[in-house]
Amino acid sequence: MTKIKDAFNNGKAFIPYITAGYPNIETTEELILAMAEEGADLIEIGIPFSDPAAEGPVIQNAIEVALSQGLKTDDIFSMVTRLREKIDIPLVFMTYANIVYGYGTDRFMEKAEKVGVQGLILPDVPFEEKEEFSQSAHKRGIEMISLVSPTSKDRMVKIAQEGEGFLYVVSSLGVTGTRSEITTDLSEMMEIIKMANPELPAAIGFGISGPDQAEEMGQYSDGVIVGSAIIKLIDQYGEEAEKSVRKLTREIKAAANR
Amino acid sequence: MSKGRFGKFGGQFISETLMPTIQELEESYNHFSQNEDFNRELTDLFNNYAGRPSLLYFAENMTRDLKGAKIYFKREDLNHTGAHKINNVLGQVLLAEKIGKTRIIAETGAGQHGVATATACALLNMECVIFMGEHDIKRQALNVYRMKLLGADVISVTSGTGTLKDAVNETMKEWSTRMDDTHYAIGSAMGPHPFPTLVRDFQSVISREIKEQILDTEGRLPDVVLACLGGGSNAIGSFYHFIDDKEVRLIGCEGAGHGVDQPNTAAALQAGRTGIYHGMKTIIAQNKDGQVNPVYSISAGLDYPGVGPEHAYLADIKRAEYVGINDEEAVQAFEYFSRTEGIIPAIESSHAIAQAIKMAPEMDKNQIMVVTLSGRGDKDCAAIARYRGEEIYD
Repeated sequence: MTKIKDAFNNGKAFIPYITAGYPNIETTEELILAMAEEGADLIEIGIPFSDPAAEGPVIQNAIEVALSQGLKTDDIFSMVTRLREKIDIPLVFMTYANIVYGYGTDRFMEKAEKVGVQGLILPDVPFEEKEEFSQSAHKRGIEMISLVSPTSKDRMVKIAQEGEGFLYVVSSLGVTGTRSEITTDLSEMMEIIKMANPELPAAIGFGISGPDQAEEMGQYSDGVIVGSAIIKLIDQYGEEAEKSVRKLTREIKAAANR
Repeated sequence: MSKGRFGKFGGQFISETLMPTIQELEESYNHFSQNEDFNRELTDLFNNYAGRPSLLYFAENMTRDLKGAKIYFKREDLNHTGAHKINNVLGQVLLAEKIGKTRIIAETGAGQHGVATATACALLNMECVIFMGEHDIKRQALNVYRMKLLGADVISVTSGTGTLKDAVNETMKEWSTRMDDTHYAIGSAMGPHPFPTLVRDFQSVISREIKEQILDTEGRLPDVVLACLGGGSNAIGSFYHFIDDKEVRLIGCEGAGHGVDQPNTAAALQAGRTGIYHGMKTIIAQNKDGQVNPVYSISAGLDYPGVGPEHAYLADIKRAEYVGINDEEAVQAFEYFSRTEGIIPAIESSHAIAQAIKMAPEMDKNQIMVVTLSGRGDKDCAAIARYRGEEIYD
């Protein structure tokens, strides 16, 4: 199985996010396979949480639908086990602190390693609180992905220096969701990050709506993260979203590398 | 390093985007809480606007009727806006003004914290935006009108269950899009550090006054202090200055809804376990997967799936005791207190009164009990009438 950093060996990385269980777990599994086939370099699998404080309305709705159908964290571990027979790109979970803590942190990490997940993104666990999870994660070889934001300023250096896997660069204030324009000075942010830790790949996410923004963000960074734009296609096409998700994956991978 | 811990509870579990703002708030609070001018201004607002100090009232009829401990009530219901909530918002809005913020955002459940926040914003000339669940907006139309009358915008929250916990989520999200000019005046002693400490400090005026007043009238400390708790701000305010007085029993009364062993309960400390939620590590009502339970109590003010982290700690070290009071017990206390003392209590406070009714007869006549009457009950009359099968609407 490949490591998280290997996702950045193939030009600018494309990192899609998908909410597990939306509209159902079978469709999620098909779409992850499809995105892996079309050139996604690493996939973030969102484990739904009842109170997703970092999500905008699009992902929030996907999470509510998934949970309303009785989705369990174990259903997602089972899905990853099945996927691992077919794909070997790195997979990370994106979820919230209590999904890990409530399941039992050690038990969660053990399960994640066993099914073949390489990393974990917890947007409600900042630098100061990461020790709550990092020790248990490291015992199982799970990398904890840190986030930096336009407000981070002088915090960026220490976060980047202690970063692992890749650095998730939040493009804008607020929550996830597509935006018509991203106004943050990302080139300045990337300069600070790269100076602090030249070895750590950095990918930009939050607000990337399509190929044009992916092209622009690809110029600043090592990869682009797209979530809400994919969920919107599932909103539109439901179980039949595969064709359009394949197309978007190809377009974004190409645009980020233009 | 994690900050703001009460034992293993507390911390700052929020997005990186908000961390610098939270840290700045912590520094500002550390400065102003020690600043004489700030404290003088706050005391002036407490005394000359909110009507403090609030009375410590000896409930003679109830004491005679229950034939046990002497029962005193700390009358937070007599504060301006009718509850203890004003103590916290005057503190937070004044602090926000000092650090140059011009806009206040806040969540509200039943609307009490929203009304108090809108009141403080009207007084101190701040823009005010209140987030309220769509279900609560329908149930509490009068409070929505009050907030608007006081000049606030009220935003309907449709995500999740459309109640208090979702209003907290959406207010936090709004803050993460706009923090330069905006302060989030959280409504209870909960959330990420420094909020649990800051709110506790503003509410601790309750126990400071109780201590002075009871020493003045009785010449000694009470044997027990009772308060209701949802997030737990009036309870921590009532307990705080007694924590080191080990001989004073501290008892928090949670909203147990249909009962602590039923799915329809809000008694987090009875039915919950440790988790991470709304920025803090604390005890929350959750399922095996860590999904937060939808909670229920007849009292909208106690209808919250967690408790403030300091209560989780006081429970853990067994310094305070926590009990669940179900809907029927609270409603009976609501009716009893109105009839016996001529005071209509908030349904939240009625949970503490219910515990007093259980305990007082078991205590000696020379023992002293203080119950915090956190708010007035006019707001609850229509709902309690409906609970008793009488259809009236406010």
